[in-house]
Amino acid sequence: MSIDQSTAAKVAKLARIKVEEDALPALADEFNTILGFIEQLNEVDVEGVEPMTSVTPQRLKRREDVVNDGNQQDKVLSNAPDAREGFFAVPKVVE
Amino acid sequence: MLDLTYELPKPKVISGAKHDWELVIGMEVHAQVSSNAKLFSGASTQFGAEPNSNVSFVDAAMPGMLPVINEYCVEQAVRTGLGLKADINLWSAFDRKNYFYPDLPQGYQISQLYHPIVGEGEVLVELGDGTARMVRIERIHMEQDAGKSIHDMDPNMSFVDLNRTGVCLMEIVSRPDIRGPEEAAAYIAKLRQIMRYLGTCDGNMQNGNLRADVNVSICLPGAYEKYQETQDFSHLGTRCEIKNMNSMRFIQQAIEVEARRQIAIVEAGGKVEQETRLYDPDKGETRSMRSKEEAHDYRYFPDPDLLPLEIEQGWVDNIKANLPELPDEKKARFIEEFGLTDYDASVLTADVESAAYFDEVAKGRNGKLAANWVINELFGRLKKEDHEITDSPVSPAQLGGIIDLISSDAISGKIAKDLFEIVYTEGGDPAEIVEARGMKQVTDTGAIEAALDEIIAANPAQVEKAKVNPKLAGWFVGQVMKATGGKANPKAVNELVAKKLG
Repeated sequence: MSIDQSTAAKVAKLARIKVEEDALPALADEFNTILGFIEQLNEVDVEGVEPMTSVTPQRLKRREDVVNDGNQQDKVLSNAPDAREGFFAVPKVVE
Repeated sequence: MLDLTYELPKPKVISGAKHDWELVIGMEVHAQVSSNAKLFSGASTQFGAEPNSNVSFVDAAMPGMLPVINEYCVEQAVRTGLGLKADINLWSAFDRKNYFYPDLPQGYQISQLYHPIVGEGEVLVELGDGTARMVRIERIHMEQDAGKSIHDMDPNMSFVDLNRTGVCLMEIVSRPDIRGPEEAAAYIAKLRQIMRYLGTCDGNMQNGNLRADVNVSICLPGAYEKYQETQDFSHLGTRCEIKNMNSMRFIQQAIEVEARRQIAIVEAGGKVEQETRLYDPDKGETRSMRSKEEAHDYRYFPDPDLLPLEIEQGWVDNIKANLPELPDEKKARFIEEFGLTDYDASVLTADVESAAYFDEVAKGRNGKLAANWVINELFGRLKKEDHEITDSPVSPAQLGGIIDLISSDAISGKIAKDLFEIVYTEGGDPAEIVEARGMKQVTDTGAIEAALDEIIAANPAQVEKAKVNPKLAGWFVGQVMKATGGKANPKAVNELVAKKLG
């Protein structure tokens, strides 16, 4: 698979990263280098091998259904560029 | 097991300018799991709290925060799956669905695309006219809810509340087995009923705890049967998805409106584009959510923060062993054990609280009589004051007491209604009230006869008329009832009147 400039532009847009037009060729090249590396991995035959999800055998950690967090509106909002009446205030987004 | 037989309902047919068209509908229902805490954090799920107060740093997606799964949410999803007679997957996994929106601080929703926790199941959807359809469930997966954006508090800004962010949802995906707007509503109603029985979702649509995305397509008559035979989707039309509806009425309207839109396109020689649409109830139309189209590239991948979710068969078996009696079984039992009609059994099992109430009243009593009293008197009275069965001032034991007094002929049906009103407004033990207020039915024929004799003696003209016209006997019965304050046994009065006048 090869990434062209328009695909690179689309990926950038989906990731909400602004990329200038003249930076796209280099970005596409970088993607292709990465994908080339992944292609190498694809040469390994993993037919019938279970995907490894952890380096040590572990069970997914669970929590109990207990409320032990929250009630920190001020902290939650403290990094917001704009907050009003307890809400995050953002530029209007209407569907 | 359930042994009720139904006929299939007829699919909805809409006449276009050229053909008749049938509808094919599949649904994705998002049901909020009833739990104290969120799916991956310890913040509360409570509705209506101060904005951004039920938010942990995990929900706010602060750097370095890691999700830890709430085991009870898993249990609730499994319980729901079992309630829908579905396969439970002992191995499931979480994926990230990536998109940007102000109410999604992580920039992705944790969901289960590739390995959902629940597989195929089924729901019997009854239409109330003796017809029913078995709708197949494709899967149920767990996912995080997003926050809430409020657009009308400021002309230039949207306000975001993250209280709902990270609350556990179950997405219940049906096969395209639903054939009309009424069936769609009945399907949601049935899911809601089952989940309320299970205690896994409160089904509150107004609060958004139950919402649906509806996939609608149209086809010519006969095409759907070919699809069912082959499971080949090419027999069906291109579908459009109407997003995020939380009203039964709007869901039905939207389906009809969308079907008519598609029919107009196809009959004009055009093609339906597969897309996401939004229903506008004010304008009565669906419109394209173009902004969603580009964002539709969700770039799912396994969430590296979460190991696969492995559960044990014994744990599932334990949940299964403790499932409550579900609506279909309960209804069948009410019909079989108490001899109720299909209709009465449906009314009484509509919600779990009513069913439990009736069960308690009917236990060891005449089921039909109990059903009449619960449905006609109690429900009627509660409805008048907009009360729920859970707020009923008359307890099952009290209503049972009234029914016992009727069954033992201690009070007449008419007095029973007065007694019910007293118990409803004042409370108290029915038997004691009857005793204390002298409401007992007079079955002593001597007393009835004395009252009747007095009336006959006082009304010689009426007696003569009644001898010619036997219909006038009713007047005497009425007079006796009046004289005894309604307490005379009507059967005894009738017999005596007939004897004396005859």
